[in-house]
Amino acid sequence: MTAWRLMNLGKRITLGSAAAAAVLLGWLATVQTARAIPEAPTEAAPGALVTKIMFVGKRYAEPPPLSLLDKVLTDEGLQGARLAIKENNMTGRLVEQHFELVEVMAGETEDIVPKVRAELANGHKLIVADLEPSDLLAVADLAEAKNAVIFNARSSSDDLRQQECRVNVFHITPNWAMRADALAQYLIWKKWRRWLLVYGTTPGDKEYVAAIKRAAQKFGAKIVEERPYEFDAGSRRTDSGHQQIQTQMPLLTQGAPEYDVIFVSDVGEAFGDYLMFRTYEPRPVVGSQGLQAVAWHRSFEQYAGTQLQNRFEKQAKRVMTERDYTAWLGVRVVGEAVTRTAKNTPEDVNAYILSKDFEVAGFKGLGLTFRSWDHQMRQPILLSGPRALVSISPQEGFLHQKHVADTLGFDEPETKCRISKK
Amino acid sequence: MTRILAAATMAAALVSLSVSSTFAATIFVSNEKDNTVTVLDSETLKVVKVIPTGARPRGMVLTPDFKELLVCVGDDNRLDVVDTEKLEVVRTLESGPDPELLDVDPKGERIYIANEDEGYVTVIERVSGKVLAEIPVGVEPEGMAVSPDNKFTVATSEQTSMAHFIDNETFKVTANVLVDTRPRVAEFTRDGKLVWVSAEIGGTVAVIDPVTRKIVKKFGFEIPGVRRELIQPMGIRFTKDGKTAFVALSTANRVAVVDVETYTPKHYILVGQRPWHMALSPDGAKLYVANGLTNDMTVVDVASLKPEKSVPVGRLPWGVLVKP
Repeated sequence: MTAWRLMNLGKRITLGSAAAAAVLLGWLATVQTARAIPEAPTEAAPGALVTKIMFVGKRYAEPPPLSLLDKVLTDEGLQGARLAIKENNMTGRLVEQHFELVEVMAGETEDIVPKVRAELANGHKLIVADLEPSDLLAVADLAEAKNAVIFNARSSSDDLRQQECRVNVFHITPNWAMRADALAQYLIWKKWRRWLLVYGTTPGDKEYVAAIKRAAQKFGAKIVEERPYEFDAGSRRTDSGHQQIQTQMPLLTQGAPEYDVIFVSDVGEAFGDYLMFRTYEPRPVVGSQGLQAVAWHRSFEQYAGTQLQNRFEKQAKRVMTERDYTAWLGVRVVGEAVTRTAKNTPEDVNAYILSKDFEVAGFKGLGLTFRSWDHQMRQPILLSGPRALVSISPQEGFLHQKHVADTLGFDEPETKCRISKK
Repeated sequence: MTRILAAATMAAALVSLSVSSTFAATIFVSNEKDNTVTVLDSETLKVVKVIPTGARPRGMVLTPDFKELLVCVGDDNRLDVVDTEKLEVVRTLESGPDPELLDVDPKGERIYIANEDEGYVTVIERVSGKVLAEIPVGVEPEGMAVSPDNKFTVATSEQTSMAHFIDNETFKVTANVLVDTRPRVAEFTRDGKLVWVSAEIGGTVAVIDPVTRKIVKKFGFEIPGVRRELIQPMGIRFTKDGKTAFVALSTANRVAVVDVETYTPKHYILVGQRPWHMALSPDGAKLYVANGLTNDMTVVDVASLKPEKSVPVGRLPWGVLVKP
C-alpha cells in the first residue's frame, strides 16, 4: 500500500513544485496514521475519457499582506485547482473519466504567453487562469486560443467584463462592481447611506473606486467626500511602529462631512487595515478591508462550506483563500460539464456551460451559472469581517425580474460587452 | 392568582395526559449546534429529556427493534448509541471520519454510514462495531438507504451528484446514477420498488428503478411567489398507505405534498424555516418536521395537511425520528 502510494507520489512530484512535494509528504504522513482511506485515483483507467485542464499562473511581484496574520503564499490558486482535480476524479472513476492538471507557471520576469502557446499546441484548451488582465488578454487573443475555454480565477477588473470582454473567457472571480454592489446592498439595508471614500493609488484601487461610486448611485447612497491616501504606509513591518499610524489615520479621516462608514479602496494593501480603530470619528470600515465582499473566506461554513474548508486544509496545510476557491471552482465547472455530457472538447464545454442545463454547486446555497452577456459567473457574495461572516448578498428586498443575483454587478441592459453579438 | 390556578390546571391536565398516554410515542430531534438530542413525548409534545451527545449530531437511525438510536456525531468522528429506554448514550461506535447520515439493515445487523469529508461509505457490525468495509463513492456522500430486501444500499454523494448502488454482499458499487445537483436524501417507496432521491440545488426529485438503475421520473416544484432557487428538496417521507409523499423544501420553508402515482405536487404546507428531515408518527396521523433556522419542530396533521403546532427544540435541529 505504502509502496504504491510512494510510486504515485513520485510521479506527481515531478509535475509540481517543491511546495507540492512538501504538501504531498505531509499528506502522506496523515495517510499513514489513518486506516486505508480510499483516495482519488491518480491515473486514468484504461479506456477512460481523459480531460486535461491547464492551470496557468505567474509569480507576480505582490505586496506582502499588510497583516502579519496572513502568510506570504506562493501556491495560491494552484492548491485549489489541485483539490478540484481530485474531486473530479472521485466522480470520474465512477463514469470512466479521468482529469489531469497541466501546471504552467512563469517566474516574475518571464513571459507566460509562449509557455501557454506551447501547451495550446498540445491541444490543452481548457484553461484556468491565475493571471493579471494584460496576460489574460494576451493568452485569450492568441490565434491558437480561439476555441479555448479560459476561466479567469484571479482578476476582478471591470474592464474584463465590459469593453475588454472576450468570447473565450469566463469569469469565476467576482468583479469590482459585484463586490461594491454586494456591500452597498447591505449598507442600504443597515441605513448606513453616507460614505466617506478613502482610496489608495494603485490601478486596482482606482478601479474599485469607480465601482463604489457606481454602487452609490445605483442604490442611492451618498459619498460625502473622497480622499486619497498617498503616503507610503507601506508597512507590513513598521519599526517606527504603531505611533506613526496612530496619528496618520485620524489626520486622514478628520474634518469630513458627517458619514456613517468609511468605504476604503486599498486593493494594494498599503494602509486599509490601519483605518480600523484609528479613524477620527468612531465609524466602521468597509471595502477592501474591514467588512469585505468576497467569494470565499475562512469564516464561511454554511451550505456544507465546512466540508470544502476541511478538504482544502487537509491537502494544503493552510487556509483556503479566495483565489484557491475560484481556481477550484473553475476546475469543478469543467468537471461538471464533462461528467454531465461525457464530452470534453472545448466546444462541447463551452456549449454546455452556456446552456440552461448547466449549474454548478459552489457551497453558496444555490446553483451557479454564467451570465450570457459577459460570461461572468452569477453568484451570491459573502460579506465577511476579519474573523466572522456578517452577511451574504444579495440582500432581501433587492428584486430582479429574472435572477436575484443579477442585482450584483453588470446586468444585461447595461453591459458594454458585445460577445453575444460577435 | 389566576396564573397559579391556570398553571395548576395545566399541570393536572399534563398528569392526566401522561397517564392516558402510556402508549405515546417518543420523538427524537438531533440539534446540530447544541450537541444534543431532544426527546419529546408525542402526546404532550413536551420535552422529556435533552441528551448530551458528541459534537455536531446530524443523521440518526433507530434499530428495527427500536432499542437503540444511532446518532452520527460528525465532528467527533463516531456514532453515539442512545439506549431508547434509559435515554442516554450508552456506548459509541467507530464510524470512519465525519459521519453525516446512516441506515441500518432490516435485521439490525449492519450499519451503513456516509463519511462526508472523505468520500466513502463505512459498513460496520452493529453489535461488535467491527468495520466490515470502506467503500469509495463520490464526493460528500450523505443520503443512505438500505433496500427493504437488504440486497443493496443506495448512497447519494452531494458534490458528485450521483446515487450509488452498493451490493450488500460484495460491498462493491454496482451502479452510479447521475441525478441533479447536490442529492441529499434517498428514500424507498413503501412497496420498496422505487427509490426517491432529492437534489437540493437542482430543485428536483429523481425516482429511480433499482432493477434497471434508470431514472423513471424526475419532477420539480413550483410555488407561486417563491423563487425557484429557494426551492431545495431535502427530506422525503411516505404516508403509511404509500400514496402520498412529503418532501421538505428547505429554504422555501415548506413541505411539499406529492401524489406518488402521478408524481404531482398537490399542496405545500408552510412550516418553520429551512425544514430538512421529517418523521411520521407510528399511526401515520402526524408528520414531525425539524426546522433548522427556527430551532423548532412543526407538527403537521396528515389528514388535513394543516400545521398544528410548533414546538421549540435545540439549536439547528437536523434530523427527527419517532419510536413507537
